[in-house]
Amino acid sequence: MSTVTHAPAVPRSNALKRFFTAREIPVAGALIALILVTYIINPRFLSPQSTKDLMLNATIMVILAVAQALVIITRNVDLSVGAILGLVAFGTGTVFDMFPTIPLVLVFVIGMIFGGLLGSINGMLVTSAKVPALVITLGTLYIFRGVLSSWAGSKQFFSGDNPKAFGNLSVDTLIGIPIITIIAVVITVAVAMFMSSVRSGRDLYAIGSEPDAARLFGIPVGGRVLSAFIACGALTGLAGVLYASRYNSVGALTGSGIELDVVAAVVVGGVAIFGGSGTVAGAAIGAVLLSTITGALTATRVDKFWQQAIVGVLILAAIIIDRVVSLRRARKLRVNEAKDV
Amino acid sequence: MSKTMTTTSRGQLSRRLIGHDAVIFYILITVVIISMITVNYFASTLTVGFLLIQVLPILLIAMPMALVIVSGEIDLSVASTAGLTSATMGVLWRDSGLDIGTVMALSLLVGVLCGAFNGFLITTLGLPSLAVTIGTLALYRGLALVVIGDQKVASFPKELNAFVLSKIGNTGIPVMMIFALIVIAFFAVLLHFTPFGRGLYALGYSPQAATFVGVRVGHAKFWMFVATGVVSSMVGVFLTLRLASAGPDNGTGLELSVIAAVLLGGVSIFGGKGNIPGVVGGVLLIGTLTYALRLAKVPETALIIVTGGLLVLSVVAPSVIAWGKERIRLNRVHREVQGQNAPGITRA
Repeated sequence: MSTVTHAPAVPRSNALKRFFTAREIPVAGALIALILVTYIINPRFLSPQSTKDLMLNATIMVILAVAQALVIITRNVDLSVGAILGLVAFGTGTVFDMFPTIPLVLVFVIGMIFGGLLGSINGMLVTSAKVPALVITLGTLYIFRGVLSSWAGSKQFFSGDNPKAFGNLSVDTLIGIPIITIIAVVITVAVAMFMSSVRSGRDLYAIGSEPDAARLFGIPVGGRVLSAFIACGALTGLAGVLYASRYNSVGALTGSGIELDVVAAVVVGGVAIFGGSGTVAGAAIGAVLLSTITGALTATRVDKFWQQAIVGVLILAAIIIDRVVSLRRARKLRVNEAKDV
Repeated sequence: MSKTMTTTSRGQLSRRLIGHDAVIFYILITVVIISMITVNYFASTLTVGFLLIQVLPILLIAMPMALVIVSGEIDLSVASTAGLTSATMGVLWRDSGLDIGTVMALSLLVGVLCGAFNGFLITTLGLPSLAVTIGTLALYRGLALVVIGDQKVASFPKELNAFVLSKIGNTGIPVMMIFALIVIAFFAVLLHFTPFGRGLYALGYSPQAATFVGVRVGHAKFWMFVATGVVSSMVGVFLTLRLASAGPDNGTGLELSVIAAVLLGGVSIFGGKGNIPGVVGGVLLIGTLTYALRLAKVPETALIIVTGGLLVLSVVAPSVIAWGKERIRLNRVHREVQGQNAPGITRA
């Protein structure tokens, strides 16, 4: 009752409060602190060239993290993304090898469809067999990687084999920002808007918090999960095409072992590993944070051997913070309910 | 009375003969027989030796991992624990001047600490094990790099390296298998014949229910993770001696192979289901198949397709069979209902 009478005062303070208690804030804070501290120790860290490198290094991770977040929010996980990335990157090289004059847009479309198809295999296995995605995608991780290794053998495609315009995507800049980074930002914003304001996006959260309840509520759980996997595959495919543009060579080992880094980035970004909460924007910030650490450690001349250990500590810190926040929120909810009575 | 007892025990027997772990063993035996007939050089004592020494790390870690997964948790940090152990062992041996026995004992302590840290985060702080061990996967591998850098230590006593690879007489069975059998027996007894082990099943089905019937949930989970850490450390020591080299990257990627083998062996990823014989079968099946295909000159790259395919098949097949059975049952019910309704309709 009391909430009704105080209604006019509530929204503004709530919006402010919500902003500061959002899950992205600690991650974004850590990122800003990291950049500031590194900049103070070594001002060259933010020189134009170095900033551009930082953005380029983060780009592919950001897209992968956004894609993975879609799946993790539905209480699933896709461990096969490294292999999908490799397959699409190698496929891109093959396409350019066969049709050197192919329009670039078409290459992106082919890459995303290819990734989406691979994602749909995961999605169909997960939804039809009703087995945890962890197991299925662990299996398809091996299968996709095996297919790539058989297909590629010892063959590699080098950036020199691709059309110049394609390689330029990761060299040219628009107001100081590399073009592929702009693509990543646009994707992140688009997916974030979809997840926050489109009905099927909200459904993904419902499925992640309680699949059975979501089903009872009338949400087509199987279809939504399948689409999340297809979307994850397609975005990973996009990342694969960009990978072929950004890096010198693609071959049988491209993207191997990247899956755990991606899951780590998503978790650091505040997406709960068992679904239902977190945002793609958070996941994207998590990816930027993890890839910036590498650059920051080099810039501050910290022993490069510490990098991975620090990444591990960050992941643990992220899940501990997440736990503390959700415990506190649960207690506050209980107290509020008690007051209402 | 006696009649009902015989039928139930026969039911149990037949259920055991068509159960998941039995099927794994049938497939394993089929693979072995087919390989002996069709693959050159497969039927030899050399095969036994190479095969067993290759699957040994997976076999060892699969034991505590089976218990962890049965209790509804997972540990992804095992390979990194092995790597950190290897790195520690190398640096201790190179720099401390201690004798090799002490060095090995201290290295095993690394596993205790790694496992206890996982256990602390998961039980005391109540964090999800999947997320925690992805974190410690990175952390322990990172610490291994911090400890030893990108160097290798290879000056271990030659006799010890030779001992690890030695065989029992001329059977071709590695001496280390005896050690593995002890570990397998330990975890089999622990899981199947002690209250602690039964408690793990209860825990896997439902942690709340397990708490109410008196299982000390936190206690059980904590010690499971310590056990996983210790065995991973043993594997780290073993790998170091087998390769005669301590480096930060020893055992990389082992975690996924172990989990694939455990799940193939019939342990449910949801917890509460699975047994040790099945897991041993799963490990041996993957090992034998890989080895036979390699001997048959199937390219290395195609082998991981087989591993992945087996894993997917082993989890998809039961639900496809269940779906088929349900379909048949529904059809029958449908027909029966129609059969009953048809006369009723004409009467109306």
